[in-house]
Amino acid sequence: MFAHEFMRHALIAGSFVGLACGLVGYFVVLRAQVFAGDALSHVAFTGALAAAVLGLNILAGLFAATILGGIIMGILGDKARADDVTIGSLFAWTLGLGVLFLTIFTTQDSAGNGTAGVRVLFGSIFGLSTTDVRNAVVLAVLAGALLLAIARPLLFASLDTAVAAAQGVPVRALGLVFLALLGLVSAQATQAVGALLLLGLLAAPAGAAHRLTTRPYLGLALSALFSVGSIWIGLTLSYVFPTLPPSSMIIAAAVGVYVLALATTAARDPSAFWLRQANGNVA
Amino acid sequence: MATAMVEAAIFQGLSWNPLADLRELFAYPFMVNALEAGTIVAVMAGVTGWFMVLRRQTFAGHTLSVIAFPGAAAASLAGLPLAVGYFGFCGLGALALAGIAGSRRSLSAESAAIGSLQALALALGFLFVSLYHGVLNGLDSLLFGTFLGITGRQVTVLLAVAAAAVALVAIAARPLFFASVDGDVARARGVPVRALGFGFLLVLGLSVAETSQITGALLVFALLVTPAATAHQLTPRPGLGIALSVTLALAVTWLGLALAYFSIYPVGFYVTSLSFGLYLLVRVSRALASRRRTTGRLALEAA
Repeated sequence: MFAHEFMRHALIAGSFVGLACGLVGYFVVLRAQVFAGDALSHVAFTGALAAAVLGLNILAGLFAATILGGIIMGILGDKARADDVTIGSLFAWTLGLGVLFLTIFTTQDSAGNGTAGVRVLFGSIFGLSTTDVRNAVVLAVLAGALLLAIARPLLFASLDTAVAAAQGVPVRALGLVFLALLGLVSAQATQAVGALLLLGLLAAPAGAAHRLTTRPYLGLALSALFSVGSIWIGLTLSYVFPTLPPSSMIIAAAVGVYVLALATTAARDPSAFWLRQANGNVA
Repeated sequence: MATAMVEAAIFQGLSWNPLADLRELFAYPFMVNALEAGTIVAVMAGVTGWFMVLRRQTFAGHTLSVIAFPGAAAASLAGLPLAVGYFGFCGLGALALAGIAGSRRSLSAESAAIGSLQALALALGFLFVSLYHGVLNGLDSLLFGTFLGITGRQVTVLLAVAAAAVALVAIAARPLFFASVDGDVARARGVPVRALGFGFLLVLGLSVAETSQITGALLVFALLVTPAATAHQLTPRPGLGIALSVTLALAVTWLGLALAYFSIYPVGFYVTSLSFGLYLLVRVSRALASRRRTTGRLALEAA
């Protein structure tokens, strides 16, 4: 398995993308912004296609679109925490733009490029070049470092916005920086698992970590671990069974971890779990 | 010069006679079918979307509109009729979403669960498509749909589904509104909040499934969210809000279809752009109005 260069590339790039997704995903779930990640993944699709239509570097278009998208959502929402209606409206429009670019792109180029849209949507982790891998590693380390640098105030601002603001934490600026960072990581992950599936890498490992522990730094580490682990499992499965697409297997592994976390926490304390279910009617 | 004339002939651009243009819109059966289908979808989306925005279930709504894709892919892989896949998967999805919403965990846990569900659905869809091989060419139309080539039979089916969905929402409108605005008080008054929530998601899921296989998931979602969000910005009154939401959805659909007919670009682009433009306009004018009010009050206090 390690003898093939494409497999080594996929494993190295995938690990670092997974690391960044796991770390950012922890805060995405904590701040209940998974829908924003969903929207950004569609922004990534539109950005890449727009760059393709204009004849620019697809990667540049991807990054520009997602980072800009994150900042716009932050500005439109209250306290840099975009609400779901704003996100929904913005991203329905982004999808419309994506369709426009797709139409232009497929009519402008002859039939040969019809698969480009599918590649952006579902990723192409087995087709990464050496430069792609280097970029992925550098950007993932950068995003991870930046996130860890603002982790403490961001935690404070996420858990209790009002108190944090009163203590002089720049809540709004932090929210904007975080959404821009989310955009960066989304663009990064689009290459690996595709625009439509990166949501799974953001939500599922982090959701599992939140179920297992309430301690923030342990949760961050667990989330990153689960995310990287899912990528390894998914890539191995796809290598052993070549008919299975890697991105689907990665997401299946991530969701599997999440379901396992749900099951273990329910089993660890069954009475509390069923009590909460029953209390759903009353509480 | 010659190429310009050829282009004009192909794209049938606007003439200087608006009445003739309007007549041309209704001249072709495919265009009449598209207008009818668009009208039906707009009314249904306007009504259900208003409740979806009220209940803050936009993310769940998007997840439901995405679940149609693995449903269709699974059905074609298993050799079943497409409708079985659409309805089966959307029903299951609504069940899962209702379970997530019903457990009443924190907002962050809920959003993680919905996100995982959606990612799983898409991953399954892609898996089925790559196992089946054949569908891949139709992937774009599966996701984005097309308004061309809608048959008269499909319009009838669409009408039946939309009528059922709107009727169900209308029957449950009062308790559903109560449960959406203040769930705890409604529960204390004996309103079956959980059952209503599940029923609403089921109606939303099934109507999205049926309409998205005809017009594409994107357009349904755009019509569900944006006109309703604009209506909520303009008025908090339910009756007026729903009427406004339906009117806006109808207006952007008709205008979008007409624009798409006279140009080469897809209808999804026009409908989403028009509705988002309206939403932005309302948001900005409201923000300006509230700022003027605050500054006015401050000036009054200073004086």
